[in-house]
Amino acid sequence: MSAATLPGESLYPLLEPLFEQVGKPIQYVGGELNSQVKDWNCGGFGPDGDELTARWTLMYPDAYEVGVPNQGVMILYEVLNERADALAERSYAVWPDMEDLLRAHGLPQFTVDGHRAVRDFDIFGLSFSTELCYTNMLTALDLAGIPFRSQDRVDDDPLVIVGGHAAFNPEPIADFIDAAIVGDGEQAVLMVTDLVTTWKAAGRPGGREGLLRDLARTGGVYVPAFYQVDYLPDGRIKRVVPTEPGVPWRVSKHTVMDLDAWPYPKQPLVPLAESVHERMSVEIFRGCTRGCRFCQAGMITRPVRERSITGIGEMVERGLAATGFEEVGLLSLSSADHSEIADITKGLADRYEGTQTGLSLPSTRVDAFNIDLANELTRNGRRSGLTFAPEGGSERIRKVINKMVTEEDLIKTVAAAYGAGWRQVKLYFMCGLPTETDEDVLQIADLAQRVIETGRQVSGQRDIRCTVSVGGFVPKPHTPFQWCAQLGVEETDARLHQLRDALRADKRYGKAIGFRYHDGQPGIVEGLLSRGDRRVGRVIEAVWRDGGRFDGWSEHFSYERWMRCAGEAFAELPWDIDVAWYTTRERGQAEVLPWDHLDSGLDKEWLWQDWQDALDETEVDDCRWTPCFDCGVCPQMGTDIEVGPTGQKLLPLTVVGSGQPALLERP
Amino acid sequence: MAKRTPDGPEPDPAVQKLRVRYAKRGRLRFSSTRDFQRALERALRRADVPMAFSAGFHPHPKISYANAAPTGTASEAEYFEISVTDRVDPERVRAALDEALPRGLDVLEVVEAGTGALADRLEASQWELVFTGLSVSRAEAAVAALLAQDRHEVTRLFKKGPRTFDVRGAIVSLAASGSEDGSCAILQMVVRHTTPAVRPDDVLTALRAVADFVPPAPPLVTRLAQGPLHPATARVADPLAADRDVDGS
Repeated sequence: MSAATLPGESLYPLLEPLFEQVGKPIQYVGGELNSQVKDWNCGGFGPDGDELTARWTLMYPDAYEVGVPNQGVMILYEVLNERADALAERSYAVWPDMEDLLRAHGLPQFTVDGHRAVRDFDIFGLSFSTELCYTNMLTALDLAGIPFRSQDRVDDDPLVIVGGHAAFNPEPIADFIDAAIVGDGEQAVLMVTDLVTTWKAAGRPGGREGLLRDLARTGGVYVPAFYQVDYLPDGRIKRVVPTEPGVPWRVSKHTVMDLDAWPYPKQPLVPLAESVHERMSVEIFRGCTRGCRFCQAGMITRPVRERSITGIGEMVERGLAATGFEEVGLLSLSSADHSEIADITKGLADRYEGTQTGLSLPSTRVDAFNIDLANELTRNGRRSGLTFAPEGGSERIRKVINKMVTEEDLIKTVAAAYGAGWRQVKLYFMCGLPTETDEDVLQIADLAQRVIETGRQVSGQRDIRCTVSVGGFVPKPHTPFQWCAQLGVEETDARLHQLRDALRADKRYGKAIGFRYHDGQPGIVEGLLSRGDRRVGRVIEAVWRDGGRFDGWSEHFSYERWMRCAGEAFAELPWDIDVAWYTTRERGQAEVLPWDHLDSGLDKEWLWQDWQDALDETEVDDCRWTPCFDCGVCPQMGTDIEVGPTGQKLLPLTVVGSGQPALLERP
Repeated sequence: MAKRTPDGPEPDPAVQKLRVRYAKRGRLRFSSTRDFQRALERALRRADVPMAFSAGFHPHPKISYANAAPTGTASEAEYFEISVTDRVDPERVRAALDEALPRGLDVLEVVEAGTGALADRLEASQWELVFTGLSVSRAEAAVAALLAQDRHEVTRLFKKGPRTFDVRGAIVSLAASGSEDGSCAILQMVVRHTTPAVRPDDVLTALRAVADFVPPAPPLVTRLAQGPLHPATARVADPLAADRDVDGS
């Protein structure tokens, strides 16, 4: 049974019988609060009858429960749908049970809003937060009936455009995509929409290639097909050159400067199904200049741009009224760094006192000031757990990664936390950092034991806990660690086992310290995909053909499959390269990196200098309160730090949750 | 510092209890009980209903749910109760709550609770199963075969493992008919609420066993009513009738 439907027609009647047969069907039916389905021809028609609507599918290529709370997709969905001549619908990765049924019934990848076929749209936009979703993109393309390779697509196929943090090195998926856009998406999607509608109104000059050329010539859209990559005999890249006139040597990232002008999402989506974040989020600033050397997000989102205290207050008020969420997360890369964070938390806590509305500050740093904030946010609530990320176990390694937290800071902070009634502290660390030794990692155990010891003294009771979480470090493009050697699987696992044994060795702390870690295998695959070049694409495709799906999920991930497929795929190539060459090999200063032609604003010279400083254990301060250290972003992008304080305060309001007189009984 | 207790006064006491009937329609038949609970709590906040909360560090709104229809089945007769801290007008709450819930979760009626427990009144359900592309005679034969038995056990997998229970004893009535255009067969049945509850799919399992009844596609299942079982007529009565009488409305 094949679907003989008109473009843009709903496939719901055909899909509905399948929903009866799969797990958690609610994830496929759409209809979330604040979602919308627009008229397929909302953009109208030109004088010659040409349709002029710009139609986007926005896909978060992971399971619905992970994708639906994603802020990026939610923002672009709303920004696009506010335009009269554009429509945007969402799609998510379908689970294998649904994939099998779609294939059996000849039905395509669909959007959850209008249940329209993805191939009917003009643009198939995918947001990649992590490289481990690449195989899910291939599933979606295959189900949608869109050829895998850009070169095989015809005018009827949508343009496949990727964004998100992983798009800062799109080379491993270069063959599968038509374009990548790096940086903030709000203005970029509107620019692309303008080009699409103009191109349609002009009679689609040059077909899809004509449109791609228009996009590439803006300087802010990377079209891999217009760049040629040459290699040296030893496998390294010789050069990357544009092959079309007017296409830039380096593609620049997009930066939204005035966050108050972009108060999205205004109407956050409220799914019926359970999702990974059961709260509303308000982004309080974008970017981070703390300068942690491992942190790709902090490097690629510079400069810091704050939303004003009043802008935040309005977004919280409108968002709560639009959603009914019981918790608001004040989101950013390091939320306590907002120049008016104390006034924001106090103002919001006052405003929502007694309304059963929770406030949370994810991503806070280790210092006592943050305990005051946390106490403010939980005035009347439960104080269960606080999370801190010292990242490195020893003072030395924290200097290498530029995470400027001393052991004394940490102990003071946890003392304050346990003293204020918090019962549990979670500590995040990384294993496999550059220059790291066994000793650096084993100091995590000493630190955890000091934390418990301090907690017991301060709280006067033994019933307190500390959980140590350790993740494997994966070097990322556009960071000072982009040149470093990743730690291998065996070495990572050996170090983690030593740490586990050290944590268990002392019976006085036994049950008070929990230990969570991931083994080194997924990290190596993530490393291959993060710093890979175009030759890695064949590995991704081979893994997908072998059944690889949902690689971010441990129950679906297969290291054996990735290594086998990579071995076979690389063996067909003329260079002596393998997974280790991409992951555990240290790169030299002169090497052309696969992502050099994507401009994050960071000066490569500065990144190299910062890498040398890391090796010398030299720290660099934050440019928000010390002089500029010339990372290159502001002059290159024509940007500047946009921070307060504004000096304003949040005034009391009548807010949702305070009861509505209109509902009351009238005498 | 010793254990913290919540600062501030005790939560406001509940002064009124409301009983709510809602429908689960269209695509939202795929929502689960837990999905509905999350949606309802958010809708109550959006509608600004003056909810009563439990005490403690983690206060919960006072809501009690009754006997929800399984995921995938539609319903015209689902019920829950809420407690509020101010006396409210039930009809205004109905309209506000209906507005705040997604389309397909439709609030049909709100009444002030009288005496007696709602759960005790939900004795039986009336179900309708629509089979597209199935002949009435096929359905009638299967119904007759099952009704001819005194007892028929089926086995279903529960969270704690498989359980075997009688289906036939819970069936008060079961009849097949056809749609007007002849495109579908319809089963209508009244099923007594037993433990474990006999669901429409248990009845289908029984029909398959006794009469090799295998429909071409899964049926669209709708609960049309649930409430007290009227002994003389074997029909399901309105469980809110008693509350409405007390109300005087």
